[in-house]
Amino acid sequence: MSNLVSNVKKQFKFKNIATWVIVAAALVLLVILNEAGALNRSTIGLLSRIAYSIILAVSLNLVVGFLGELSLGHAGFMCLGAYIGTFAADMIRASIDSKLLVLIISMLIGGFVAAVFGLIIGLPALRLKGDYLAIVTLAFGEIVRNIFKNLEIFGGAMGYSSKTYNQKDLFVISFVAVIIVLILIQNLIRSKHGRAITAIRDNEIAAKAMGINVTFYKLFVFVVAAFFAGIAGVIYGHFTTPVLYTTFSYNYSIEILVMVVLGGMGSINGSIIAATLITFVNFTLQSKLSGDLAALRLLIYAIILIIVVIFNNAPAFKPIKDKLSIQNIKTKRVAKKKGVIVNDDAQWNRIETKVKMDAILTPDLPHEHTGNDKPDKPAKEGK
Amino acid sequence: MSTIMDGLSLGAIYALIALGYTMVYGIAKMLNFAHGDIIMVGAYTILTILQLSGNPYVAIAVSIVVCTIAGIVIERLAYKPLRGASPLAVLITAIGVSFLLQAIAQLIFGSKSQTISLPDFGKIHIGSFEFNASTIITLVVGGVIMAALTIFVKKTNTGRAMQAVSEDKGAALLMGVNVNRIIMITFAIGSALAAFASLFYLMQIPSITPTLGSMPGIKAFTAAVIGGIGSIPGAMLGGVLLGLIEKICLSIPAISPYTTAIEFSLLIVILLVKPIGLLGKKIREKV
Repeated sequence: MSNLVSNVKKQFKFKNIATWVIVAAALVLLVILNEAGALNRSTIGLLSRIAYSIILAVSLNLVVGFLGELSLGHAGFMCLGAYIGTFAADMIRASIDSKLLVLIISMLIGGFVAAVFGLIIGLPALRLKGDYLAIVTLAFGEIVRNIFKNLEIFGGAMGYSSKTYNQKDLFVISFVAVIIVLILIQNLIRSKHGRAITAIRDNEIAAKAMGINVTFYKLFVFVVAAFFAGIAGVIYGHFTTPVLYTTFSYNYSIEILVMVVLGGMGSINGSIIAATLITFVNFTLQSKLSGDLAALRLLIYAIILIIVVIFNNAPAFKPIKDKLSIQNIKTKRVAKKKGVIVNDDAQWNRIETKVKMDAILTPDLPHEHTGNDKPDKPAKEGK
Repeated sequence: MSTIMDGLSLGAIYALIALGYTMVYGIAKMLNFAHGDIIMVGAYTILTILQLSGNPYVAIAVSIVVCTIAGIVIERLAYKPLRGASPLAVLITAIGVSFLLQAIAQLIFGSKSQTISLPDFGKIHIGSFEFNASTIITLVVGGVIMAALTIFVKKTNTGRAMQAVSEDKGAALLMGVNVNRIIMITFAIGSALAAFASLFYLMQIPSITPTLGSMPGIKAFTAAVIGGIGSIPGAMLGGVLLGLIEKICLSIPAISPYTTAIEFSLLIVILLVKPIGLLGKKIREKV
């Protein structure tokens, strides 16, 4: 048993570093390619899109996957970041020489403003439960768009044009930002606070009973996610000119949600992979499919989204899914080596908790008989 | 005066759509995000049948049938497998269905907006005021439908079964109510109402795009939440209120660009003051 636990621990530690080490390695590779001049304009454009898509997906995953609340206004926070960030950059450019400093300050300002609005919108929204939160965040996204459309100082319906950066330098900085965001979020999740957040997701009432300040943590996650979405918006704003309100529609929020759902709710690595993949496919298909055929892309997304969600959640598919689950196969293999019988009834759906809980629940001694003496089913995860 | 009449008729449209949302929420405890797109399905059906047959009444009848069937099929294929799953999963699937319908419409009809010519009923004079006849028709028919629905839910066996399911699914099942059938009927009624809404919507704005349903859908949903989701009179009240506010805001030049922002801010304010909506029932959460 103790061996099993340490085994699991080791596995987790490697996993933690692996994520951003791989991203960092990818960055180094890209920088070398960039310096060698092997990257053309469109590749750099694609890379920058991947960078802010990853930040958006990972931060939304914090809300949807870890806190278990649905937010449909992520593009709204991004919109705030894009407008405010580029506007701030234009303001301070005159007084600060260093381009890098201007960029960093504008990112912080954009993120900060988005976070403040996250707080403002989170306060009323978090008095509400699931479905209501979804509609309030959706409403927020539309409000932000509607207001920026009418503000003359931000260019009104024409969009806000700011001075753009040299894309070749910018994408390196945005990938550095990705790595920083990943390190921050992963550490947050593994900390005491992260455990509190997942506890709220699994069972809010139980979490409250354990003394977790539910309102504080919900607001906290909401604000952090808004902050990162704002930063992603600033990156977007520096890449794209003009910044146009039509980009940040409800559909864009959904696209980020698709990344999170496809990658797996509650999986950072999954979000990174899905964000990269979807951005890449988008980018490729955009040039291939023109006119009305562009709807094919939407059609494919919709079908994938429905199938993935139904397969993952429908009670009818549960036995098949459990059989295919890598985590289960792994646990069983480890247990087999140890000569321990794993109880099939102990199904823990959440990836993070599953291994640990199974390890704890696995009896130290092998079962005497395999008949009807299975222990009670563990309580199902929170509703 | 004409602003108020316009507002009322727009409100009637929102109320009809909001009824679909609120009934489905009351009974299946899910947000049917694809409901707005049923309006779009209805609109394209009216357009196609009108082009084929030339008779608007046939077109309307067919569109009601098509919408009803679409509602039932969506419920069976996408939502029924997820019964008992987490609300988040159902919500995301509903969003997926909404996108699916839009994509299919775009593939079939293209993304360009198409205009439809419904028969013009001219204008009606009441005293010194002049109204579009379509406004009056929307108001009257909408009112009749809502009254009929209220009577249906209150007086018939099926309606009572609906109330029972919305109150307690398990207890209703024990009392011999076929819950699956009731949920299916709810979707069917909601979708049929959406077909009426699409007709009235086209009478006001006679152009059709694949995303036609999404904005009225979201606004009607807002109306349902303002009125208290799950409550049928609440949906009517919320719809009419939102329609009036929208038209009044649009008639004042200084604030007309911000109409959308005002409507959605109203939602946030109402939820802040009264999280259950104006006429919503308080639900205590059980452990």
